[in-house]
Amino acid sequence: MLKFPIYLDNHATTPMDPRVFEAMKPFFIEHFGNAASRNHAFGWEAEEAVEKARKQLAELVGATAKEIVFTSGATESNNLALKGVAEMYAQKGNHIITAATEHKAVLDTCKRLEKHGCKVTYLPVRPDGLIDLDLLKDAFTDQTILVSIMYGNNEIGTIQPIREIGAMCRERGVLLHTDATQAVGKIPVNVLADNIDLMSFTGHKMYGPKGVGALYVRRKNPRVQLTAQLDGGGHERGMRSGTLNVPGIVGFGAAAALAQAEMEADMTKARALRDRLQKAIEAELDEVYINGTMEHRLPHNLNISFAYVEGESLLMGINDIAVSSGSACTSATLEPSYVLKALGAGDDLAHSSIRFGIGRFTTEEEIDYTAAKMIDVVKKLRELSPLYEMVKEGIDLTKVEWAAH
Amino acid sequence: MAYSDKVLDHYNNPRNVGSLDKKDPSVGTGLVGAPECGDVMKLQIKVNADTGIIEDAKFKTFGCGSAIASSSLATEMLKGKTVEEALAIKNTELVNELSLPPVKIHCSVLAEDAIKAAIQDYKAKAETPAPAATA
Repeated sequence: MLKFPIYLDNHATTPMDPRVFEAMKPFFIEHFGNAASRNHAFGWEAEEAVEKARKQLAELVGATAKEIVFTSGATESNNLALKGVAEMYAQKGNHIITAATEHKAVLDTCKRLEKHGCKVTYLPVRPDGLIDLDLLKDAFTDQTILVSIMYGNNEIGTIQPIREIGAMCRERGVLLHTDATQAVGKIPVNVLADNIDLMSFTGHKMYGPKGVGALYVRRKNPRVQLTAQLDGGGHERGMRSGTLNVPGIVGFGAAAALAQAEMEADMTKARALRDRLQKAIEAELDEVYINGTMEHRLPHNLNISFAYVEGESLLMGINDIAVSSGSACTSATLEPSYVLKALGAGDDLAHSSIRFGIGRFTTEEEIDYTAAKMIDVVKKLRELSPLYEMVKEGIDLTKVEWAAH
Repeated sequence: MAYSDKVLDHYNNPRNVGSLDKKDPSVGTGLVGAPECGDVMKLQIKVNADTGIIEDAKFKTFGCGSAIASSSLATEMLKGKTVEEALAIKNTELVNELSLPPVKIHCSVLAEDAIKAAIQDYKAKAETPAPAATA
């Protein structure tokens, strides 16, 4: 039996796994202690639970427990990594390299740092969504202290060559931060093999709770230091003050353990469903374009532009399916997705894009329903589309003199 | 964002979708907007030359639900009006009828532009006699 609406927006957030919720439950009322209370059992219990979770997270990403700093989420982790490094290493240099397709939590943090005297290089991406390593090589200066490149993209799912980027940074004594929010728990990520020095990730993208995240901070080869951005009790080895969100952390740890145990199965299933959706759509509709490389891509992501159909009108037609669009009309700024624009796809294709995010609980039945519905609505809207009609008449839309407004 | 019932109705049952013959001298065609802006409207009117009354109106729109609804409603309003009456249609009428939120006002402006462009095209055709068939 299908249950509506169907949830295919797992890049925005994932539903919590019921097993995670079970693990968290005792830490709200029964074991409510403050993990920083050193002189009674309430505190000891809380601390023990937090340290168990820290170990679970460390194991998932190939780190040691002491290298995990708990935060409120990936946005805070990104802020702490960039601002903390910029401040700590200001004597060494002031140059940061990032990419145009990063999340706003990285881009806007970089913009703020620019106001405080940092120089930031925003690397373009190739049409397939990946950065050009030659351009990265040329971007390093003797002032470069940090490279921040995301692991898997939240819109188009492209996986950057982090291992190679890490090796290039290592050679030059530059730190590498990666926003791995969409990747950790979904695909194998290993901070040692991938040469990562700092890494942001979060609970609610991996079937854990919202409001809890982590920053991996390397302790050895090199030992990374950060200037704390919150002043207070000096929690988390002085890097992040604030009473720990014990139930959230417990849930985050449980989610990590589940993700590690079930990663192969989750990946295989997601990839099969994703490919099924893509094939069904491509079999029935012409002029659909996949945004970003299929070769280096998160297995649960599909981002498609349906040419000559506008994204928001498409979302209206599939209102029993939860997905998101790069269309300007769905954003507060009325600007189409900057990620798709960075691929050079053209604004018209950015307006026509839909992002599908498949999850652990997605079923084949849901995918088949979604494919059929997409095909139906796109066909209907193309009947309504003056652009589709013009193209069918043989008119080259790029040669038309449009009255931009 | 929640859509008004009227926008949903026009989206689900768009009125007067289709195309009229561009070359017909009694037909005026307006094509406004741009694909990179996310909306393009094609609106056509067929005018009875003797009475000056708009007898038929058709549209096709690439755009969000509010853009589709604005142009669909515009074709409904045009039918039966004289060309001069049609020129007096204001975007605010569309805004009120469809209860468009501020962020969607531009959709109604575009529909008004499409009406004006279609009328202008019709008038331009009426002024220049149809080219004589070449022997």
